[in-house]
Amino acid sequence: MTDGIRLYFRYIGISLRSQLQYPASFAMMAVGNLVINGIEFFGIWALFTRFGSLKDWTLPEVALFYGMVHMAFAIAEAAARGFDILHRYVRSGDFDRILLRPRSTVLQVMGLEFQLMRVGRFAQGLLVFIWGINNLGKAFTFAQYILMGAAIVGGSLLFAGLFVLQATLSFWSVDSLEVINVTTYGGVETAEMPISIYRGWFRSFFTWIIPLATINYFPLMAILDHEDPLHTPPWLPWFSPLAGLLFFLVCLQIWMIGVRHYHSTGS
Amino acid sequence: MNTRAYKAIIRLRFMLLVQYRVAALAGIATQFMFGFVKIMVLEAFYLSTTSPQPMAFEQAVGYIWLGQAMLGMLPWNGDHEIQALIRSGNVAYELCRPLDLYNHWYARAIAMRVAPTLLRSIPIFSVALFVLPPRYALAVPTASGLAAWILATIGALLLGCAITNLMNISMLWTIAGDGIYRLLPAVVTIFSGMIVPLPLFPDWSKRALELLPFAGLVDTPARFLTGQLPPAYIWVFLARQLIWTAILIILGRKLLARGLKRVVVQGG
Repeated sequence: MTDGIRLYFRYIGISLRSQLQYPASFAMMAVGNLVINGIEFFGIWALFTRFGSLKDWTLPEVALFYGMVHMAFAIAEAAARGFDILHRYVRSGDFDRILLRPRSTVLQVMGLEFQLMRVGRFAQGLLVFIWGINNLGKAFTFAQYILMGAAIVGGSLLFAGLFVLQATLSFWSVDSLEVINVTTYGGVETAEMPISIYRGWFRSFFTWIIPLATINYFPLMAILDHEDPLHTPPWLPWFSPLAGLLFFLVCLQIWMIGVRHYHSTGS
Repeated sequence: MNTRAYKAIIRLRFMLLVQYRVAALAGIATQFMFGFVKIMVLEAFYLSTTSPQPMAFEQAVGYIWLGQAMLGMLPWNGDHEIQALIRSGNVAYELCRPLDLYNHWYARAIAMRVAPTLLRSIPIFSVALFVLPPRYALAVPTASGLAAWILATIGALLLGCAITNLMNISMLWTIAGDGIYRLLPAVVTIFSGMIVPLPLFPDWSKRALELLPFAGLVDTPARFLTGQLPPAYIWVFLARQLIWTAILIILGRKLLARGLKRVVVQGG
């Protein structure tokens, strides 16, 4: 187990070193990633300036939602990049090489790449989050910070699970990538805002089936003094980060099943 | 003015790009999702206030669907093949052709924008116009609104290709080019109205937004189609688009000339 972890970090080290070969180019990519994501919040700011409030949410509160989901997704984008690009390996038949090696497929695929430039999205998420914290005008306890941190980690596990699902689906159909993009990139767009502003089946889907609400909504319900149309029971927020972990583990199981039934396309 | 050659280039690139139906339509489900989410968020904002807004919710809905449908028109990226040519140095061969290089690349850009836009806009328009419930649908435009939109879209195409060509040309510089390549997409996206409709931006920013060229890419055509701007204004806005297009073309040509000199000096 520890041997596997050590190997993973060696893989990642190689990946990082190759990305940092051209530091100026990398810096440009990271800044570009920061800016292209940051304009989203710029848009949200403009809407708040125009409309004053979103239902009864203020901009600093929304900043927390926004920051948390972007940080969670950035981590998943970076760490689960291998699963994101796996469809290329499946298509070219190179996945067979991964299967032939005597190490776990999950370890190898995760070790394919750690896409550092996603630090751009993470940074803008963090900046927005910090701005929100400072402008809310209330102090948070240490436990609340831990909860938010755990929620972000849980969120990145949730998104990573979706990338794993995408990779598993690519065994059967390459077009299925699109469907997952709807839940990952579409999911981030959705969860930037408190999920309670949506209605009907859309809200239910992203609360219970692909539980984006566990990334920011439920935890923040325990932290912010805010009217909760979802009537979250008070214990739920403290366990909500586990939902991401559970989701990830379920997706890993599905991956294992997919690998077992995998028939190569040949090369 | 070898127009037959350029028309042929456009036609050939277009036919090639239209083949890649799957690639062009990749992302369309996500676009629908983005459109829905943006509309739902806007609806929540509109319901949060009773004061009148610069644009009605129905117009904002139409605006958003239009943005999604015409996404391919945004000068989001440069031409990958041109980038490869420059990186490998083979751009030198392009100089041996009896074609004006700027026009050649411009013609390619036209095909690169029109082909995927045509492929994507048909399903998005179909759904937005005919399938969705009225509150979330693109309202059928008036005849004059439609005509104005068509003109504004042609203007947007010419403008967008001028910007695309600037991105191509910027690749002749390694550091500065990389910077423009990485940062321009964000600038284009926000100031064309793709993130938030431009009419909803703060009033103090309106003047600046209208003066920038990017408004002419999505915002201007959208406002005509949704009826937010009376069709009679088309000439003013078209003039604005074309003036910017001319400025950017002239700038592009100057930069291309300078950039090519650098290539020749460094190459072999």
